[in-house]
Amino acid sequence: MPTLAHYLVLSAVLFCIGTAGVFVRRNLITILLSIEIMLNAVNLTFIAFGRALGTADGQIIVFFVMTVAAAEAAVGLAIVIGLFRHRESLNPDTFTMLKW
Amino acid sequence: MTLFYLFAAVAVVASMLVIAQRNPIYSVLLLIASFGALSGLYVLLDAPFVAVTQIIVYAGAIMVLFLFVVMLLNAPHEETERDERLHLLRRPGPMRFGAVLAAALVMELVWALTSGGGETGSFPGAQVSSVRALGRSLFTDYAFPFEVTSVLILVAMVGAVVLARRESGPSVPPDA
Repeated sequence: MPTLAHYLVLSAVLFCIGTAGVFVRRNLITILLSIEIMLNAVNLTFIAFGRALGTADGQIIVFFVMTVAAAEAAVGLAIVIGLFRHRESLNPDTFTMLKW
Repeated sequence: MTLFYLFAAVAVVASMLVIAQRNPIYSVLLLIASFGALSGLYVLLDAPFVAVTQIIVYAGAIMVLFLFVVMLLNAPHEETERDERLHLLRRPGPMRFGAVLAAALVMELVWALTSGGGETGSFPGAQVSSVRALGRSLFTDYAFPFEVTSVLILVAMVGAVVLARRESGPSVPPDA
């Protein structure tokens, strides 16, 4: 049987992949996808600990994380659309001004 | 155990390919595969309702939203060798620093797997968490966060509409 440590290590690996994606990619949409990977790694940790402790609280927190992720995706993609209209680019390095 | 390694391998490989792609459409599709593997892991962890929610909400709603935006923007590929060579993280100093950090992380993970596991880390006996208990807990102990979540969704919806609106309309004041 896989133990709690297996799930935690998998979660850590997924989180690191997401972090690396945020730093390495130069595309706003891929960066948002990397954030989703990180959120899912955290969800896996919550569920694994909830299973290990025998409570349902972990699963409930995962629901809240999912709703926050949905809200974040909606607002983030709206911002991406707005930025793309102004600059015709998705490279975050082109957005260096606070106001246009 | 085999299922765990199968799902874990699919999740990790798909996530790494998400990072490796230059075309965002492939990234989104691969991320859906990664989420499918994660929902399999949730089933292994006795959380079937979360697994179904993962498929419906994440793979079904959020990823389709991403896909929709990618196609709406007709997104250009990352343009690029020139930009990437100029990029701060591509310089040798930060790359060496990152390699050291990655090696430290791998050592920690190996240490965690070899020493921390054992009997104390194994899960208690199977007890499939019922949706009934989950719902009861959600609407009693967590009733207030649940209601706050609805306000959050409303704010996000209004915010997305305001942000994505075209600002060239005559009815919009210039400094809005």
